[in-house]
Amino acid sequence: MSVLVRIPTPLRRFVDGNSVLEAQGQTVSQVLGYLSQRYPGVVQRLYDGGSLRPFINIYLNNEDIRFLQGEGTAVKDGDVISIVPAIAGG
Amino acid sequence: MFWLTEEQIRRYSRHIILPEVGGKGQRRLMVSKVLLVGLGGLGSPAALYLAAAGVGTLGLVDFDTVELSNLQRQVIHTTQDLGKPKVVSARETINAINPDVRVEQWPERISAANIREIIQDFDVVLDGTDNFATRFLLNDACVLMGKPLVYGAVFRFEGQVSVFLPKEGPCYRCFVPQMPPPGSVPSCQEAGVLGILPGIIGLIQATETLKLLLGIGKPLVGRLLLFDALEMEFQELRLRRDPLCPACGEESRIEELADYEFSCEVSAHRSGAS
Repeated sequence: MSVLVRIPTPLRRFVDGNSVLEAQGQTVSQVLGYLSQRYPGVVQRLYDGGSLRPFINIYLNNEDIRFLQGEGTAVKDGDVISIVPAIAGG
Repeated sequence: MFWLTEEQIRRYSRHIILPEVGGKGQRRLMVSKVLLVGLGGLGSPAALYLAAAGVGTLGLVDFDTVELSNLQRQVIHTTQDLGKPKVVSARETINAINPDVRVEQWPERISAANIREIIQDFDVVLDGTDNFATRFLLNDACVLMGKPLVYGAVFRFEGQVSVFLPKEGPCYRCFVPQMPPPGSVPSCQEAGVLGILPGIIGLIQATETLKLLLGIGKPLVGRLLLFDALEMEFQELRLRRDPLCPACGEESRIEELADYEFSCEVSAHRSGAS
């Protein structure tokens, strides 16, 4: 499956400045793995050990994957994954 | 019930001719109370417009003083205000814009010890703070006391806005269940922020605040609005209430407030907005 991944500004410097990337995979986890392989700098921003950092929310289309099947959620062609880190500036 | 003076009718005429506001809505704003926590990038523009709109009482909480590096975005303070407490500088600007507005001020850090007393009389709380610990505390207090919390946050070129309405929608901790460990998320001080960005986000917060007070439109409840200034794009995501949320979850209602520890690597600010 081919999906689009929206990259938030704090992570763009690890993906050559792109705001959107095309990626492949059957599940959210595979898509993020695909990205991490091509852009190794992303890995430690997204993961702590083997699990996603709790202050990074991943959305499939408009839904938080925590309320779907987590990283195991299946993706379809044309889906959009958004990485939304917690920010606190004011 | 009170009647608007002739001067007030002229001042608020562009509101009054809106059918969604009218004289009744304007009078409602004039008896409303909004608490602005943080008078930095987000709180400054929000305070200016809420004052101009004629919100009756604005509560101001910030322990900080005005610094030169604030003026690139904290537009309620001016060069002449350098060194003044932000609550004083903001009050002076608010009074100059609209003498109808009553200002209550707290030049102090909010903490588990004082937060209930500060927020208890307000109708809506606007989160303009600059760190996770204060955001968690503010959220917990608003959940506990049933206060609507209008959330906004900025980072570099990106902003987030939502409205947390206790019992009716998710709260901040449904969205951010755990505080990032120190150093894992850079602060604005370290990473920078486009000065205009908090203006845009703060004014969306002010818009949502007025809508809540007037009871009009569709608030950002259960919706997270993301703004990307570089791409000039808005995106809306769904926020769900987490049944396991430590603050508003079914089994874990908060009874006691606690201070959260969080220190940025560079900034050790605990409340207020730098």
